[in-house]
Amino acid sequence: MLQRRRKIVNVVMLSLTGVCTVFIVSVLFVILGYLFWNGARYLTVNFFTKLPAPVGEAGGGMANAIVGSGKLLFLATLIGVPFGFLGGVYLAEFGTGMFPSMVRYMTDLLNGVPSIVIGIFAYGVVVAKMHHFSTLAGGLALGVMMVPIALRTTEEFLRGVPQSLREGAMALGASKARTIATVVIPAAIKGIFSGMMLDLARVAGETAPLLFTSLGNRFWSPGWDKPTAALPVMIYQYAVSPYDDWHRQAWAAGFVLLALVLLVNVIARLVLARASHAAG
Amino acid sequence: MSAAPTVLPRSRAGSLADRLRLGDPFAYTLTVVCAASIFLVTCLLVYQLWLGSALSRHKFGWEFIFSSTWDPVTETYGAVPFMFGTVVTAILALLISVPIGLGAAIFLSEMALPAISDTLTFLIELLAAVPSVIYGLLGIFLLVPVLESTVVPALKSVIGFLPIFSGPFYGVSLFSASVVLSIMIVPFIISVSREVLLAVPVDQREAALSLGATKWETTWQVVVPYAKRGIYGSIFLALARALGETMAVTMVIGNTPHVPTSLLQPGDTIASVIANQFTEATSDMYISALIELGLVLFAITIIINGLARLLILTTGSKTGK
Repeated sequence: MLQRRRKIVNVVMLSLTGVCTVFIVSVLFVILGYLFWNGARYLTVNFFTKLPAPVGEAGGGMANAIVGSGKLLFLATLIGVPFGFLGGVYLAEFGTGMFPSMVRYMTDLLNGVPSIVIGIFAYGVVVAKMHHFSTLAGGLALGVMMVPIALRTTEEFLRGVPQSLREGAMALGASKARTIATVVIPAAIKGIFSGMMLDLARVAGETAPLLFTSLGNRFWSPGWDKPTAALPVMIYQYAVSPYDDWHRQAWAAGFVLLALVLLVNVIARLVLARASHAAG
Repeated sequence: MSAAPTVLPRSRAGSLADRLRLGDPFAYTLTVVCAASIFLVTCLLVYQLWLGSALSRHKFGWEFIFSSTWDPVTETYGAVPFMFGTVVTAILALLISVPIGLGAAIFLSEMALPAISDTLTFLIELLAAVPSVIYGLLGIFLLVPVLESTVVPALKSVIGFLPIFSGPFYGVSLFSASVVLSIMIVPFIISVSREVLLAVPVDQREAALSLGATKWETTWQVVVPYAKRGIYGSIFLALARALGETMAVTMVIGNTPHVPTSLLQPGDTIASVIANQFTEATSDMYISALIELGLVLFAITIIINGLARLLILTTGSKTGK
């Protein structure tokens, strides 16, 4: 009797774990399917070429938001990648003693700060000082968000480079800086690059830190010191609006954003998997 | 590499190689400054929050986090409705996602073939890459209607007698926000838990199986307890994410600044009230109160993250019970 109960429990519980897995994976496919079905229906050429149309007027697109997102991500990369990369080089190659572990702790802490709080930070540093919303403020917020992950990825991949490579270069008379620049970094560059792409894809979808830094704009935003539209913010504003044609635009924008983010993710992860195969 | 022998004599002449040797202190200084910038940014962040919230802190003092009145018209601000919403949605999200996530992690580490497990984990991690505003979009147009038409009526017929499930369902509500959150945090629980489960030594499983335990008994009574602290760590990390999540929650929670009595009513969280009202805040006191909310959120997530790290740190020294 007891034996039978144990066997039944075994089968039931193990099948339940399978059900959990199937459930989660099917959530992914429901999300993809629903978004792609809706998004592809409402996506037009105008979406990429036209400015947003006024309420009630058919047509219109989000060309300004696409360019705006591009500019914001460009600024974010300018801030996030150098600081993250060089900081990571320090942790992996120069760091000894207490200071590096403090840096690591701070990095993890900064990584855990909610994105909306980073938005308040950029608001205080840029918007409150310049007295108006700007592309610059939004780019700063996204850049600050990029630093922790860029730093830890760089460190991780540099650590994966075998010590013998460093010793070999140094034995040939290369200085430490030269060893790092010409031997260690090239050996890890694939992994680091993929990590940075993943980092960029992550901030590309961030909305919260842009709400009160780059704000949004229904027109083109020339230069860097004016409010600008961005795709994620547009999706938010259009989705919570009461207009049906705005909802359709939100679906199209969601489709474009998700397609880009997932594409970058899949490519970067495949490159990463291959890089770690080659290293291992 | 072949140029190495020529480097030495030339370096004496103060050429390129010499300057590269001087590159060492330069490279060190450059990288250490970049690493130290993390401190600068974090300190500046805390300073900004502290400075920005000064008005509100001076006027309300500790009353701010104990008062449940949020009224921009009379300039009275209290954080209770938002702290309540934040904590309740995050905990409910954990109640939904932990069993499912742990179940899936067990399946992926104990049952599935490695190739299948890797593929499924890859797909699940893609779920973590979906931007939160996309979750919000699907929340508004797909999840809320489904909850309204099928899930909530079914739940009400079973556990409707509980006060937290009483009253009419508004669509946008604490419950909807929790469901969206649970989907967003489940990938983190699965990928971290799977890692720690895979790290449990095979002998542990073999020993239990050889004593006559079934596969499930082995997993539940030997493997899972062995990996307990790592799993707790993953849950705390997921909790920290749920507490700070902004967009998806803002879009489905209803944004009503009062303490709801039922999960089916709309509410608000700290992150979503900041997102919603910051650009509309007209007075300095209003902005200051919102920034103080940001300070509270910052403090909460720091504590939870610290706890998670502590749990993971102590895993090394003590294993299991």
